[in-house]
Amino acid sequence: MARLDRFARQAILAEIGAGLWLTLRYFFKPKATLNYPYEKNPISTRFKGEHALRRYPNGEERCIACKLCEAVCPAQAITIEAEPRADGSRRTTRYDIDMTKCIYCGLCEEACPVDAIVEGPNFEFATETREELMYDKQKLLANGDRWESELAKRLELDAPYR
Amino acid sequence: MIEQIFFYMFSAVLLVSACMVITARNPVHSVLFLILAFLNAAALFVMAGAAFLAMVLVIVYVGAVAVLFLFVVMMLDVDFIALREGFQKFLPLGLTVGFVLMAEIGLSLAGFEASGTMRLAAATHRVAGLSDAASIGDLLYTRYLYVFELAGLLLVIAMIGAIVLTLTEGARPRRQDLARQHDRPIADTLTLVKPVIGAGIAPLPAREDVP
Amino acid sequence: MDTGFFASDLGILILTLAKAVALLVPLLIGVAYLTYAERKVLAAIQLRRGPNVTGPFGLGQPFADALKMLFKETVIPAGASRALFLVAPMITFGLAILAWAVIPVNNHWAIANINVGILYLFAISSLGVYGVIIAGWASNSKFAFLGAMRSAAQMISYEVSIGIVILTVLVCVGSLNLNAIVLAQRTVWFAVPLLPMLVVFFISALAETNRAPFDLPEGESEIVAGFFVEYSAMSFALFFLGEYANMILMSALTTILFFGGWLPIAPIAPFTWIPGPIWFVAKVAMVLFVFLWVRATLPRFRYDQLMQLGWKVFLPFSLVWLVITAGALEAFGWLPHG
Repeated sequence: MARLDRFARQAILAEIGAGLWLTLRYFFKPKATLNYPYEKNPISTRFKGEHALRRYPNGEERCIACKLCEAVCPAQAITIEAEPRADGSRRTTRYDIDMTKCIYCGLCEEACPVDAIVEGPNFEFATETREELMYDKQKLLANGDRWESELAKRLELDAPYR
Repeated sequence: MIEQIFFYMFSAVLLVSACMVITARNPVHSVLFLILAFLNAAALFVMAGAAFLAMVLVIVYVGAVAVLFLFVVMMLDVDFIALREGFQKFLPLGLTVGFVLMAEIGLSLAGFEASGTMRLAAATHRVAGLSDAASIGDLLYTRYLYVFELAGLLLVIAMIGAIVLTLTEGARPRRQDLARQHDRPIADTLTLVKPVIGAGIAPLPAREDVP
Repeated sequence: MDTGFFASDLGILILTLAKAVALLVPLLIGVAYLTYAERKVLAAIQLRRGPNVTGPFGLGQPFADALKMLFKETVIPAGASRALFLVAPMITFGLAILAWAVIPVNNHWAIANINVGILYLFAISSLGVYGVIIAGWASNSKFAFLGAMRSAAQMISYEVSIGIVILTVLVCVGSLNLNAIVLAQRTVWFAVPLLPMLVVFFISALAETNRAPFDLPEGESEIVAGFFVEYSAMSFALFFLGEYANMILMSALTTILFFGGWLPIAPIAPFTWIPGPIWFVAKVAMVLFVFLWVRATLPRFRYDQLMQLGWKVFLPFSLVWLVITAGALEAFGWLPHG
């Protein structure tokens, strides 16, 4: 009898019918995905996105050209050159990040003693050419200026856990 | 007027592609030209009012037989250039066979034209007010029933022969037996256990259906 | 219409061309939007959104895709048979379009209402395999050739059961004319008495059009994309469109054979107000939705399962059902033409 029952189920394609019924119900369910360019997920304060070089509130750049980030970078994406400035302070003359090499590990951020290089919340920095991904100091500082309020907030929120 | 233009167009393509079948260097191209010839022959059938025959020609010859030809020719690794080496030597023989065939076709056509009864038979079956498909069926299943059945029998014999030739006894590949898989109830194949932490799993009851 | 210009040879020619354009333009737009519908339906079942950026609800997506394809480069692989390589997609697409010459969208609304319409359709669909084989062979690629072999064997196998299902319908109708087939369903659609044949036909149609769950010729996971791995740009687009045009064709055939073509659900007032072509399009769209729905539901068959289903299940089953149908018609005296 059980055998007959199974045969009958197979003959009327019961399992395929059940599968189709399941997918039909899913067809009318609300969507699980976000309408991406218009809706975005909240991201963690530790999210490692596009790099930025920050400044002090008085406008002086934070980076002191200690080259710790350059040394720690596992992908060797960072290149720094430095000279003492006229006022005697040590600052970079060149701070390049090859974004095509970068693996977004965040070690540069960790290594930085003055919170100068940080990875911001921005992940939408696709470009049309490869060259545009070779970030120089100017670009990084500009990023820092643009995102400063958010970067400061992220550091502040993350501070208790460090 | 338009019919004549189409007729000459189809005939010309038919003849050219028929010639290409035997002259093309690449055997795959030969088969493709053969298919083109079939299609044009079908078009000529349509123009002669035998739409049913045309469709059967396309379905059977182009849709099935020529596909198998193409399959075989594509898979074969034969040096077809070497096969053509005897072309000059066997040319007289080939031409003789070709001429004999042509003469036979001509004779049979002449015989058909000469005998009034056959033509009458062909004509009456079309005049009966049936479509060409119906009149073919009418002939096949009444006057030529035995011949038709015999042809079917021959095909079955050929099919059985092919199966017997390719069937290898003994070492068969492992096959999936769907019925057996479906017949196994879940209780036989799956045992859910809730082990006590640290106690491990008690030995499962022996299952006889597992080899 | 039987007087003057439109009765002359030239007039008939122009009229036929006009009919062809009137049928083809909506058809091609339908093909374009079928690709869109497929993406939307699959997305909905997988709880995604699908294309929604190009134009309102993403309705511009098919045209954006077409433009993209147009501006891409056609790459012809080294060692490929150039002419055949380029002809193959044209064959696939051309055949899918050619078949529409006999499809009636309303009573006597077909470009050519020929007496052997169903045979014509069957012949055209049996030619479809050539586009695939030629593409696979001309690409000079192992994957393409494997895909072509799979596809050819699959299409030939399932044509057999499609043919027998069509025979079953023909036994009930007594005519090879598509118009007559639809008109024979005025009392009851064949989907009701021939339901098992409808299922066999639909599943065979899935296999015939290389659709999921029978899309082994494409088999992304093992042979990359099957017979059209080497194709790019417009030649790829033609294959793609040909596949979708074939789907629409198979849906139209299902509609004509089993769902009463342009006939309304019931010959009573609110249904008969809606014109025939709209019924026809609605039914075709329903069948197409099932095509997409099945794709979203079922995983791909293994090749031996595919062959087993075709030859060991469908062929005997449809043969038996053909005999049963013919026997029933004979026993109850329902045979057409006595």
